[in-house]
Amino acid sequence: MAEQYYQRDVYGETLVKLGALDKNVVVLDADLSSSTRTNLFAQKFPDRFYNFGVAEQNMVATAAGLASCGKTVFVSTFAVFASGRAWDQVRLAVSYNNFNVKIVATHAGITVGPDGASHQALEDIALMRVLANMNIVVPCDGPQTADAIMAAASLPGPFYVRLGRPKVSTIENKGAFKFGEAQQLTDGDDVTIAACGIMVSEAHSAVKNLAQKGIKARLINIHTIRPLDNETILKAARETKLIIVCEEHNTIGGLASSIDEVVAESFPVKVVRVGVRNRFGQSGTPQELLKEYNLTSSDIEKAVLSNIS
Amino acid sequence: MGNNQLTVKELEARARIVRRLIIQMLAAAGSGHPGGSLSAADLITALYFNILRFDPKNPEWPERDRFHMSKGHCCPLWYAVLAESGYFPKEQLFTLRQLGSILQGHPDRKTPGVEVASGSLGQGLSVAMGMSLAARIDKKDYRVYVLLGDGESQEGNIWEAAMASAHFRCDNLCAILDSNGCQIDGKCEDVMGLEPLSAKWQAFGWHVIEINGHDMQQILSAYEESRKIKNKPTIIIARTVKGKGVSFMEGVIGFHGKAPTAEEAQRALKELE
Repeated sequence: MAEQYYQRDVYGETLVKLGALDKNVVVLDADLSSSTRTNLFAQKFPDRFYNFGVAEQNMVATAAGLASCGKTVFVSTFAVFASGRAWDQVRLAVSYNNFNVKIVATHAGITVGPDGASHQALEDIALMRVLANMNIVVPCDGPQTADAIMAAASLPGPFYVRLGRPKVSTIENKGAFKFGEAQQLTDGDDVTIAACGIMVSEAHSAVKNLAQKGIKARLINIHTIRPLDNETILKAARETKLIIVCEEHNTIGGLASSIDEVVAESFPVKVVRVGVRNRFGQSGTPQELLKEYNLTSSDIEKAVLSNIS
Repeated sequence: MGNNQLTVKELEARARIVRRLIIQMLAAAGSGHPGGSLSAADLITALYFNILRFDPKNPEWPERDRFHMSKGHCCPLWYAVLAESGYFPKEQLFTLRQLGSILQGHPDRKTPGVEVASGSLGQGLSVAMGMSLAARIDKKDYRVYVLLGDGESQEGNIWEAAMASAHFRCDNLCAILDSNGCQIDGKCEDVMGLEPLSAKWQAFGWHVIEINGHDMQQILSAYEESRKIKNKPTIIIARTVKGKGVSFMEGVIGFHGKAPTAEEAQRALKELE
């Protein structure tokens, strides 16, 4: 059994390390610090932590002011609020100014579970992806969350890092994390499966089952959605001629759309989307919801089998 | 330091020069926002020439006081004052709103002296609060000034920031509310009433100073008073006249976002001699 971590725990612990390394790191939260785990930083560095209460727009615009004075500002809340409630502040105060504001959004996707549709961000990648200057990372597990946070801290400009609520299994042997470079996890020329976040784990199971059926799938973990690793995607398009894209997000505007844009322009191949098909979420357990919204490894398997020639 | 300690008379003369530049650059640009630029001209002239600590030759000087214009559409005023302070040559004012200009239609970091872009109303008080908190973290004694509009105060983000900057006791923060009583669709009281402004800001925990925003002596006294206030932020509620200084623009809603024609500019400049 693989190790399992809450990405949020890893985030909180990484922030504490960063806080000790860099005095310019400041952390902001909006009344969710115990859920996002920024409270770990708050306990250690109270002078560099501010809680804004339930006021996300104010938090994000304030982050821009802090960044204008040389601070590296981590801003956290749930993904629905970080991307939606404060979008205008993210657009002008953060992205347009190209400031060092790192939005780390937790509780993204359908696996938020029982809180239901209002709290399940299925549009956040789309909302962030249209902003010039914005970098987007969707780490697939606990250790990669630490890598993503360190990258966001060390690289200039605005970041959106998307984390989930439940524990996720660690993906073994995926090699070193390099910002902007997709990770090829399995070799194969029959089909490409591109995934991000928790869907990498689902895809991994699908690849094993497909192998037993004689299908060699190339699994790519696209942890960095902006800037996208066009080279790896186009190579996969040329060599496998079929890409199945898996994301815990609306099929409009997220990773699948990103890949569509690249292949449509340079090497058109069939792109099949495994994601939430233009629906809102609902209450349920994460496992029930993954099944209800066709986001399980068997859904990925089916998508491969019904589209492979 | 750009801090000249001018007399009231000298500041009034400087404000006339600033108003002339606003009219000239807007007429040259053919579009832009004269009304709110003119109403805040005395407030911002006094700030830049007697109060604010800065060095135009070293815009990144870490100890500088910060100024942010939350009501970004009034940037012609800001550009005039920055040019007059020596941040860039005055000739550049006449590139306002042109392709590739350092003087964009709304404030932008392309302009020397502009720290943070603005133009989407309601964000600027938060931005200024961020600067104020940065000073606290870095143990620096610079102050932060931010210009707000009254129409802008209908944005919820303003009141989130009002609550937070009092909660965080940002006493190095001074907001200046250019209360000219007008917005695009009419008088504020008709479009969406804001009064009683003083009572609202007081209730949010601010030190409130209400002044005539065209009286240089009152303006200077208000800035001085704001520096002495501890444990809470200050707001100067400046009662002003939209289009102030140009008789046919004063209180005229239509000049919120309409540049003067060449003929109107001539008449305006004559009045501002």
